[in-house]
Amino acid sequence: MLMKLTKHYLRPYGGLLLGVLVLQTIGAIASLTLPNLQANIINNGVSLGNTHYIWTHGGAMLGVSLIQIVAQICAGFLGVRAAMSMGRDIRAGLFDHVLSFSSREVNQFGAPSLITRNMNDVQQVQMLVMFTCVMIVTAPITAIGGVFMALRQDVSLSWIILVAVVILGAIIGVVMSGMVPLFRYLQTRIDAMNRVLREQLSGIRVIRAFVRGAQERERFAQANADLRGVGIRIGTWFAVLMPIVMLIMNGSVIAVWWFGGIRVDNGDMAVGNVTAFMTYLMQILMGVMMAAMMMMFLPRAQVCAVRIQEVLDTEPSVVPPEHPITPAEGVYCHVEFRDVGFAYPGAEKPVLQDISFTISPGTTTAVIGATGSGKTTLVNLIPRLYDATKGQVLIDGVDIKDMDPDLLWSKVGLVPQKPYLFTGTIASNLRYGRPDATEDGMWIALRIAQADGFVRAMDGQLDAEIAQGGTNVSGGQRQRLAIARALIKMPEVYVFDDAFSALDVATDAKLRAALATQTGTAAILIVAQRVSSISHANQILVLDEGRIVGRGTHDELMATCPTYKEIVDSQVRAEDAGLLSEGVQA
Amino acid sequence: MSRARKRTDATGDDNPAQVATPAKANQRSQAQIIAQQARRGRGGGGGPHGMGGVAEKAMNFWPSLRRLLGELGGQKVMLGFVVLIGAVSVAANVSAPKVMIHATNEMFAGFISRQVLHNLPAGTQVPPGFTMGQLAQFLANLPPGTDTGGFDPSAIAGMIGGMDPNRVVAGIDFGVLGHWLLLVGALYVGGAILAFLQGFLLARIVQRTVYTLREKVSAKLDRLPLKYFDGQPRGELLSRVTNDIDNIQQSLQQTVSQVLNALLTVIGVAIMMFTISWELALITIAVVPVAAVVSAFIGKRAQSRFVGMWTHTGELNGQIEEGYTGHALVKVFGRRAEVEQRFKDTNEQLYTSAFGAQFLSSTLMPLNMFIGNINYVAVMLVGALKVTSGALQLGAVTSFIQYSRMFTQPISQIASMANLMQSGVASAERVFEVLDATEQTPDGTDELPVPVRGHVEFSDVVFSYDPEHPLIAGLNLEAKPGQTVAIVGETGAGKTTLVNLLMRFYDIQDGRILLDGIDTAGVPRDRLRDQFGMVLQDTWLFAGTIRDNIAYGKLGASEDEILVAAKAAYVDRFVHALPDGYDTVIDDEGSNISAGEKQLLTIARAFISDPAVLILDEATSSVDTRTEVLVQQAMARLRSGRTSFVIAHRLSTIRDADTILVMDHGSIVEQGNHDDLLAANGAYAALYRSQFAAAGSLDDVEGAPEATTDGEPAAVV
Repeated sequence: MLMKLTKHYLRPYGGLLLGVLVLQTIGAIASLTLPNLQANIINNGVSLGNTHYIWTHGGAMLGVSLIQIVAQICAGFLGVRAAMSMGRDIRAGLFDHVLSFSSREVNQFGAPSLITRNMNDVQQVQMLVMFTCVMIVTAPITAIGGVFMALRQDVSLSWIILVAVVILGAIIGVVMSGMVPLFRYLQTRIDAMNRVLREQLSGIRVIRAFVRGAQERERFAQANADLRGVGIRIGTWFAVLMPIVMLIMNGSVIAVWWFGGIRVDNGDMAVGNVTAFMTYLMQILMGVMMAAMMMMFLPRAQVCAVRIQEVLDTEPSVVPPEHPITPAEGVYCHVEFRDVGFAYPGAEKPVLQDISFTISPGTTTAVIGATGSGKTTLVNLIPRLYDATKGQVLIDGVDIKDMDPDLLWSKVGLVPQKPYLFTGTIASNLRYGRPDATEDGMWIALRIAQADGFVRAMDGQLDAEIAQGGTNVSGGQRQRLAIARALIKMPEVYVFDDAFSALDVATDAKLRAALATQTGTAAILIVAQRVSSISHANQILVLDEGRIVGRGTHDELMATCPTYKEIVDSQVRAEDAGLLSEGVQA
Repeated sequence: MSRARKRTDATGDDNPAQVATPAKANQRSQAQIIAQQARRGRGGGGGPHGMGGVAEKAMNFWPSLRRLLGELGGQKVMLGFVVLIGAVSVAANVSAPKVMIHATNEMFAGFISRQVLHNLPAGTQVPPGFTMGQLAQFLANLPPGTDTGGFDPSAIAGMIGGMDPNRVVAGIDFGVLGHWLLLVGALYVGGAILAFLQGFLLARIVQRTVYTLREKVSAKLDRLPLKYFDGQPRGELLSRVTNDIDNIQQSLQQTVSQVLNALLTVIGVAIMMFTISWELALITIAVVPVAAVVSAFIGKRAQSRFVGMWTHTGELNGQIEEGYTGHALVKVFGRRAEVEQRFKDTNEQLYTSAFGAQFLSSTLMPLNMFIGNINYVAVMLVGALKVTSGALQLGAVTSFIQYSRMFTQPISQIASMANLMQSGVASAERVFEVLDATEQTPDGTDELPVPVRGHVEFSDVVFSYDPEHPLIAGLNLEAKPGQTVAIVGETGAGKTTLVNLLMRFYDIQDGRILLDGIDTAGVPRDRLRDQFGMVLQDTWLFAGTIRDNIAYGKLGASEDEILVAAKAAYVDRFVHALPDGYDTVIDDEGSNISAGEKQLLTIARAFISDPAVLILDEATSSVDTRTEVLVQQAMARLRSGRTSFVIAHRLSTIRDADTILVMDHGSIVEQGNHDDLLAANGAYAALYRSQFAAAGSLDDVEGAPEATTDGEPAAVV
């Protein structure tokens, strides 16, 4: 998966990578030549007291060294560029792809998970590619070159290379296999710790009210101790790893010195060749070690790549039509559901079944039903956030699957259940509905949405700052701003998904009265929990477990639909006309 | 280019010189860097923190550092031991090259002997037992112009002059060579064992210190007033305990051992270098400032780009978050192109700064390496002159090269640690801020009567969150045992205030709140809170089974008690529909049970705690109507026979309450029962009428047959 992903996204930067390879090879060759030069300086210069030789060969050595660092800096330039470009492209690819998703795919992953994949996971893959380009790729080149050069120095000592590499590889393998599962375990302990703490902070009032401070501290201490335990175990592995690796390296140096000494004494080798051999041996071992260390990065990057690819491989379930159909002239503000059904793939029970109804221009249709009866799903079918799995949804006589999505969306004004606002100002959020909205137009929309009062009271009024998601205004205010945003768009079809829930009854009533003057011939679909919000509708649909079990006006339903009557009754009891409902929170 | 790669080459350059110790320090650092990155990587958390170290700047670096190191103080003995071990281990490593000189010299002497013996003028014989001293003499006395096979006899003589004059001219003495190699090997083995021991102990010291730090924070959180928690975002506090302490741990783990060893190594190596040759030592030390200037120059430029990189990362993260959370809106409002364009711009900025930062920091190592190579050649040149003049032996020069590497390496290590330390100390400051926050006032020792009857009295209570905005001035209120006080009003803040005062989450500024005649200010908070039960709209359940969540209300609750409470709160009914019944684990978000069911659970939790006084919040948004009825019935049942403060939304509750508190913008504006308040024609009456008018559209609903809840007549407004 990692290969597939990087291969695809690195393709445009093949030239850069080739450059990296060439330059790193040059750098590696240069670095392999250096020990030889140095051996010569010792053998022919220092040993023989030849300062002229040292001057000339020292100069040569600096020259080679210069080539090496220039090659490496250039390789770094290209490698970093390739890695960062790839990261940028994957991020953009992911973002673009996710925006083409329907709500179904977004919900399937969950927004937080998508965000992590888009940033952190990409970061991991990007870092791996960067390290590979600037450092890891040189390891095999240097190691293989090192073997070659070492053999040139002396063949009969080469068994030391073999033994050292095998022992080093084995030990690193053992340590890694011990540490990788620990890292995974560590992550679970960190998550557990965070969970406990998050709970304790969010539940601080309950904890104090029930006097459970001591128990909670015990719970925290347990998580804390777990974390310490795994931290110590990982620390111990690290404490083992380094000294052992050093010992193997130093041990092989001593071996080379001893066995090399024998060959020097027999006149088969010069002292300079022994030291050069040793240098190459070190380079080989470093290569082995780097390759092994990379194993530590790999699993993590691999997991990230899989998570990224998973998103990229998910096809959007809602696709735009190839040959869009435009509604006939003069047909507008008309919504029709024809035998619509919706089921999640693999789900036993469909969420919606046999839904048929029509909203004529200028009329209001309301949908009521218990939690989980499929109201929100029904609403989301209209802007194609989901596609119906059965039947058709038509707007202005055209199946919305055959309509250009931009045209469809221009016709629909949506106020979602969770009224999300975007970072910026009140004005920038309203312009979401209509980019060319005037200030006057904004105030009108705000007035209808019963939001002009508090906006006027805010610092900066229309230019008042809105935090991400709209968290700096209350739930009720957020809802009214979201309504204003839809109003200013002046769409053909209004969709209010439980959009009045955070308003108190008085505001709700005023808003609905004002709304009636504004919406004109638009078709309106309202989903609500509160009977009072919908009792005026031209048509009320009662949903129960995904089916329409009653339709008609409030009066008709009171007479004919037991489910509706049950809902009304329970609200009379529960709400008592809603005196002082939670509405306008400060 | 990354620093680790550079080290490989560095090792390569000096190796002929490094006859003895193959750049131990260099290799260690490379492995450590990789290991560090692996360690850093595993956090994987969100945001810049998760991705590695930005050097955040500490505000008071030195005092905070001192305090942070003070936190290690709990492990003083062990820490002392670690320093000792570190010193010995460094001494072993530093002395190894020096010992290796002897092995090198022996090999070199053997080698030279062979060279000389083979290149002597024809017919010249060396008698057995001929020493190096004699050989030097002999060579010096050779008549000029003698054929010596290409080497300069006087130079060789000079070199031999530096060797042990009593060594017999012969090949390598393997007894001697073996002796020195064994000694070096022993030093390495010893050093390795000590290094392991040091790492082993240090891991424990750091983990224990961090554990203690977390425990301190946990204990501190227990003593902090609610005011503290209400005053800052939860995520911020959470981050201090998790991310910041994690960062402290990594900083300590990496810096304590490395800075310690690096310092010891620098000292040890400097001593060694001067014992070999002070001229060479000065050459090497002269390189340090050059390297420092280059590093500082590049580091500074990279740093500013790193800052840009993290800023853009945060920005991009925000845009992605917004695009995904508001996904449906972006599409329906047709803003996709705009959102993508903005993303593209920020993504490009991130790319530019990230590229600059990573590339610049990758040049650091090649440049330093090159400086190292210049130093190498200089040392070789001067060294060769000294060898030919007999002032130094070859082994000394090669060992010296090794030392010069060992010298520069820890210095750049300390420099790189400085950034890490900055970031660690900045984190420590944020944790210390929590530890230094003002705690709640100490508990009194007054006793409450047993059993508590639930007589609550407010007497001239004065309270405000902020001295500039007085909220409650001189409130008097009495709730006799079993009575109900309804709190009504449009804003949420005022209602929470009453809860805060009753539970002593906040302390009043003046007046008294009495429970059964005892001033609650003098009673230990825990004893006081034991008498209260609380069911709030914001249900809080912890990740655990339904059984555990109910039992939370009473320590050591029996299975029967749990069942009784569950039945009373209608929890039993829905629990049976769950596959695991009471063992169903409520997950993080509690998404496997509905909001209404969660509310029922909190009622059951209050039932089992059997409090004398109740605080209830009737509000039920986002609960479907059928569950809503159950919630109301359960609350009514819970209330019977207890003094109750109800944040009321139902008219029947309000009308039947013994006292109604009308709140507006956080302060109490009216007090009395339903009839009195209507007669007074004040705020309550206005509120009542506005609701009456607003509910006008409910005409039909009003006409519905009277429904009853627990025998209460349905309110028809």
